[in-house]
Amino acid sequence: MGEDLKIGCARPTGGPVGETVDAKETENIIKTEEQAMIRVGQKAPDFTAPAYHKGKFVSVKLSDYLGKWVVLCFYPGDFTFV
Amino acid sequence: MSVDSVFVHKMWNDKELLKMVDGGIPFPMLSDAGGKVGTIYGIYDEDAGVETRGRFIIDPDGVVQGYEVLTPPVGRNVGESLRQIQAFQLVRNSKGTEATPSGWTPGKMTLKPGPDLVGKVWEVWKTEMAYEK
Repeated sequence: MGEDLKIGCARPTGGPVGETVDAKETENIIKTEEQAMIRVGQKAPDFTAPAYHKGKFVSVKLSDYLGKWVVLCFYPGDFTFV
Repeated sequence: MSVDSVFVHKMWNDKELLKMVDGGIPFPMLSDAGGKVGTIYGIYDEDAGVETRGRFIIDPDGVVQGYEVLTPPVGRNVGESLRQIQAFQLVRNSKGTEATPSGWTPGKMTLKPGPDLVGKVWEVWKTEMAYEK
């Protein structure tokens, strides 16, 4: 029987339960995926991403927008209220 | 951009956003499954598996001029983002000779940094101007 989920603006997620993964293994993963924050005054990392745009599914590349001002917005998920 | 698929983006646009914005969302709704792009931009929350409310202003040369990151429950202020873009555009058009003081909005006075202005900002810019609309 499932419990009621508390619905907020963060997308509800699950995760592994039971035995925990070997600590050493976890440490290695963290080391290789260390996050670096973007710095102002430096180039924005280029990327391609699938997108929904005016009724079509398209591929978008950031560098195609060179010559224009770009606002790149991230958000937790569709239907997240705010 | 979020970790949702383009199919979910379509549903959100068609079922809800279309009722808020005439013609639907005018810009591309990007999908970042797995948070790979969000990770390079430093806004992917690995524990929750979602992207936080990161907003980046990128100029025509592809250079990041500003960013803001909020946790999920607090929405952004679009007007403030537009004000910042207008300020960055003014600075760019002046080739860096002008600067926008705190509280600047389009039409308000700018500053021309240089030896003559050192220690004299108080003569031309007043604290109230930081709060004016």
